[in-house]
Amino acid sequence: MPTLKELARRPNPLTGGHSACAGCGFPQAVRLVLMSIDEPVVVAGATGCMEVTTTTYPNTAWTVPFIHNAFENAAATISGVEAAYQALRRKGKIDREIRFVAFGGDGGTYDIGLQSLSGAVERGHRFLYVCYDNQAYMNTGIQRSSATPFGASTTTSPAGDVVPGKQQRRKDLTAIMAAHGIPYVAQSTIAHWQDLTRKVKRATEVDGPSFINVLAPCRLGWGTDPSQTIRLAELAAETCAWPLFEVDHGQWKVTYVPKNKLAIEEYLKPQERFRHVFEDETGQLLAAIQKDVDEQWQALLARAGLGKDGKA
Amino acid sequence: MGGVNGHVVTQRRRMTMTGAEATAEAMRQIHPDVVAAYPITPQTDIVMRFARYVSDGVVQTEFVPVESEHSALSAVVGASAAGARAMTATSGPGFALMHEILYVASGYRLPIVMPVANRALSGPINIHGDHSDTMGSRDAGWIQIFSENAQEAYDNLIQAVRIAEDPSVRLPVQVTQDGFIITHGMEIVEVLTDAEVQQFVGTYEPERYLLDVERPMTVGALALQNSYFEVKRQLAEAMVNARRVIADVGEAFGRLSGRYYGLTEPYRMNDAELAVVVLGSTAGTAKVVVDELRNRGVKAGLVKIRVFRPFPAQNLRDLLRGTRAVGVLDRSDSVSGGLGGPVFAETKAALYGLPDPPVMTGYVYGLGGRDTTPEMIESVYEDLAELARRARDNYAEVVADAALAGHYLGVREPGQNGSPHRHGAAKLGER
Ligand SMILES: Cc1ncc(C[n+]2csc(CCOP(=O)(O)OP(=O)(O)O)c2C)c(N)n1
Ligand code: SF4
Repeated sequence: MPTLKELARRPNPLTGGHSACAGCGFPQAVRLVLMSIDEPVVVAGATGCMEVTTTTYPNTAWTVPFIHNAFENAAATISGVEAAYQALRRKGKIDREIRFVAFGGDGGTYDIGLQSLSGAVERGHRFLYVCYDNQAYMNTGIQRSSATPFGASTTTSPAGDVVPGKQQRRKDLTAIMAAHGIPYVAQSTIAHWQDLTRKVKRATEVDGPSFINVLAPCRLGWGTDPSQTIRLAELAAETCAWPLFEVDHGQWKVTYVPKNKLAIEEYLKPQERFRHVFEDETGQLLAAIQKDVDEQWQALLARAGLGKDGKA
Repeated sequence: MGGVNGHVVTQRRRMTMTGAEATAEAMRQIHPDVVAAYPITPQTDIVMRFARYVSDGVVQTEFVPVESEHSALSAVVGASAAGARAMTATSGPGFALMHEILYVASGYRLPIVMPVANRALSGPINIHGDHSDTMGSRDAGWIQIFSENAQEAYDNLIQAVRIAEDPSVRLPVQVTQDGFIITHGMEIVEVLTDAEVQQFVGTYEPERYLLDVERPMTVGALALQNSYFEVKRQLAEAMVNARRVIADVGEAFGRLSGRYYGLTEPYRMNDAELAVVVLGSTAGTAKVVVDELRNRGVKAGLVKIRVFRPFPAQNLRDLLRGTRAVGVLDRSDSVSGGLGGPVFAETKAALYGLPDPPVMTGYVYGLGGRDTTPEMIESVYEDLAELARRARDNYAEVVADAALAGHYLGVREPGQNGSPHRHGAAKLGER
């Protein structure tokens, strides 16, 4: 496990000069993930903010080999790259170890790309898929995705006089990936660098597909101050709105249990997308969100064999 | 097993094979690095044979049995960009599902080779052969080579590898064969030796590739107003270059096999007055009709379009100059409001401005695998004779009418029951 100092000295896979918004979460996700891998990597990316802001021709922010194919097929693309690697290795044309990583936003992963992701991991290609989850289709203007949490206002689930934001729960993609029975699945955030780098290391060690879902706040879509991105990712874990856990060869483990589980408003209050929640004087919406978060947290604890207090 | 003992061919042989078997055999001999595919009738017969070669250790190809055709082509794009020789195969609706990625493959200039077992598009669902699938991609920047029979499906696939990878081309190539008619029909096919095929296709040495981690590159960058247009213009240029390369490869293949190939294949066109333009398996049927008509003293001829992209406009001008009437057969419909199919439209466009041009008319035929009989094709020549005769008296009017006519060959029109086949009243050349 590299220390923070060591990490900072590694060659940067994603240089400055990309055009993501100041305070965007995904560049942190990309750097932490790729800098935790010792071997050379080849990266595939789905269409979305990450791809658009890092590869505007004639520039590229990538210092590692990178391919963008389309929106929904990063997993299929990296399976092809990995298959080529197996074939060329067998023929003796390549002899070095290379690791394969695919990145997709939540839209390109939970929704349109889910079939391709599911197929690729079922086939057992050795690659790590990282979803940088900013909880909406940001690149096309903040539309709801199946990763958008209950109650959030987006441009296709706007909080209005009758409908107060998104009416459905967030899809639990990490659990869906775990249900594929692949060697390693985890959830982390861009704020928890030690947790994330350790998980990436483990993910690239296992012989087979792995998946990590990384919460990467979007300051534009969430309506937050650029300086607060990391803090929000922290609060997501402290309130258990975004629990940190892993499923290593079928073993569920919660990797962070907050000592003091914070109330959900601590996390929601700074976010413009939840403003209507606090304008609702009945407090019903906030209560419903809190209830939803609590239920999911309890379900996770039970899965990991922990008691309601998070202790074994 | 394609009748190949022990899966190694060290001597040329003539064998009885279906088009699917011949294609799988060519794939075995090409020995690509990666094949990704998803089952769909009538293509399935190709990849399941190939999967067996993989399972039996006959080839060392990495076979990726993906969960959809969209992913098949996506994976092949990844593999090809990674530096591998990569192939997939498809049909009809599967081809349609690939559509988005067809443009990615050509836009990235990846030399992917894809056998296509032509199949109709839903709905209604139909598994049989017509060209709607392939024609739907005619503007996607892929080279399109049509095969008349199993031998050509085999020969074309081998040539496709060399065409695709030529440095002045670097475009993906579709090699089509009519679903069931060729894929499942038994024929005699001459199979080259493994060594001959290997030598003909050579090894794939990409200039730059993703797995070259020492020289990182970004594939598929975002190209906006200041660069996208240039990328597409260069793609168009590569398609122009492909004409020469296809002809050269066809010539080289001829020297190897005795079977020479060009962009088009004229049949008894020297002094032809009435000509039919057609692609795919129907060319075989039409040749029989031409011979029959010639026996009766009718100056009939045929032009088979082998390569639809790049479109052989100049060849058609040269071949059809001097004819009096031309009938173009389309196994797909553009649903253009009565103007016929794509081959008709493009052939007309190619002949624009010829001095003293022939009268041209178009026929949509054989949709959804509908049988196309020699009688039907003969009825086309009958129409052409009639058009040519009328054009002598009233050229401008007849030409305009014929050029706008979209005929349907062998279809039951509304309210008409019974046999869809139409027969000419009197045979051409008989008095
Ligand atoms: C087939 C297809 N459908 C839709 C789009 C339009 N599109 C491009 S990016 C995008 C949203 C990406 O959202 P997400 O995956 O969440 O990534 P983010 O932009 O949030 O980083 C959409 C809808 C597309 N490029 N391709
Ligand atoms: S819109 Fe959001 S995800 Fe996209 S670059 Fe800006 S902050 Fe990042």
